Amino acid sequence: MDQAGNPAVSSGPMISLRNLRVSYGEREILHGISFDVMRGETLVILGGSGSGKSTLLRTLVGLEKPDSGEIWLKGKNIAAISGSEMDEIRKKIGMSFQGGALFGSMTVGENVALPLREHTKLEDSTIEIILRLKLDQVGLSGYENYMPSQLSGGMKKRAAVARALAMDPEILFFDEPSAGLDPIIAAGVDELILELKKAFHMTVIVVTHELASAFMIADRMVLIDKGIVVAIGTTEEMRASTHPRVRQFLDRIAEPEVSQELDYLQMLTEDIRPGRGAAGKRSA
Amino acid sequence: MELANQIGGSVTDGLAYLGALASLAGRAAYFAFVAPFTGKPVRVQRAISQAMQVGVRALPILSLITFFIGLILALQAAYELRKFGALNFVASAVAISMTRELGPLITAIVVIGRSGSAFAAEIGTMKVTEEIDALETMAINPIHFLVTPKFLAMAVMLPCLTIWANSMGILGGALFGVAQADFTWARYVQASLDALFLRDIVTGLIKSVMFGVTITAVGCHEGLSTGAGAEQVGQATTRAVVISIFLVIFVDVIFTALFFFVSAR
Repeated sequence: MDQAGNPAVSSGPMISLRNLRVSYGEREILHGISFDVMRGETLVILGGSGSGKSTLLRTLVGLEKPDSGEIWLKGKNIAAISGSEMDEIRKKIGMSFQGGALFGSMTVGENVALPLREHTKLEDSTIEIILRLKLDQVGLSGYENYMPSQLSGGMKKRAAVARALAMDPEILFFDEPSAGLDPIIAAGVDELILELKKAFHMTVIVVTHELASAFMIADRMVLIDKGIVVAIGTTEEMRASTHPRVRQFLDRIAEPEVSQELDYLQMLTEDIRPGRGAAGKRSA
Repeated sequence: MELANQIGGSVTDGLAYLGALASLAGRAAYFAFVAPFTGKPVRVQRAISQAMQVGVRALPILSLITFFIGLILALQAAYELRKFGALNFVASAVAISMTRELGPLITAIVVIGRSGSAFAAEIGTMKVTEEIDALETMAINPIHFLVTPKFLAMAVMLPCLTIWANSMGILGGALFGVAQADFTWARYVQASLDALFLRDIVTGLIKSVMFGVTITAVGCHEGLSTGAGAEQVGQATTRAVVISIFLVIFVDVIFTALFFFVSAR
């Protein structure tokens, strides 16, 4: 047993992943992921398209059920708890989705207030105050009566962060915070993440493939490739790493060109591991 | 052998689909009738706004269509009846076929076009833009939040719309009756009412509640099982309409047969 054998200890890590395996249908996406997220740190999960990093994030917030392995979060293994227990944990986490995922039929204010109205018995006037506060924190004061469709991409993301913050979460998850934003707006969102971390000492987990953004906000980084952890370490350690896959990712070296049809086929099927029954056979 | 396999496969798929619909309707019913007693109130506000959208806004088009259907029924019935000099039976022919069959059915088809498709498109789009996921991560059950209000709205509004459709159909028939069959408006309406038994109206309304539940189940199920991408939303919407029309007719057959044998006793 390693030091994370008893993850319920309060001084221990905030989240512990142990040999996590996740599949979509018959195809395994994550082949045994293990790492810890410390209390109050910003961990960036890096990885290319199709690396499994988004699946990992979805599993952490309980949107995907792992096949096996453990996710210890606040002393509970969320891979094996009931729906109502998971809902209790979800009230303590906030998630900002890639496109914002604001409800198009509600105003920005209604979006941000929704979790409060659903899960608390606060008076409308109190909710109003919290709403103003949250919008102010993300720099969207005065936008509560706008519809999401009237906001720009960056503002949508800020509004989504305000909604994620509504219940004062202990852990904040971000899916691709800078995706689809121009560099200046993206830098603004990074700035926001840093401010939130400084102000609330929140544990922040960010999934991204944007290197500049990753190095700006991260305390530590995990590089995921083809469903396994390639490297984990502080930003300095990652910069100094000599691991070929890390170097390739950080130095932005393109994949070797596909010259042969067979290579292409192999590239398409390389993450389908033999011995997993029908999925392996079908692609053979 | 291959054919048997295929038939078996389709039957299993069909049953699995019906099972999925029943499961969705069951979960929605749980949030409508059981969960309120455990401190999770029904979203009345959302149900009312859905009812506005599904019911009240459908009135103009539904009125127009069922008025014409009533007129067509009268014309078709008169074509045969006038051979026997029995044009005064037009009123009862229209009244009975509207309330027992065409009122509920035409209403269901209009509602499929307006709302069944809209449910699939709305929920499908929310799925694609991760709004359904967002609800779940906020510990808000999407069935409770989105689907139950739609079921309630449809189960209440479809019978209401059907009553309205019946009246408009009779009015359409009356136009013919007054113009061609020596009825006055009052006499036509009286003749229609005389022809109807309460049973005719009630069986039509029971069917319309079942249609409402079916349309909502299909629309929401198709929306929730949308894959990723705008194209998928379009496909889900199309499927919702086609499957709803089929299932409404199917439910219609079952209930009409049921009523036939029950009332024959």
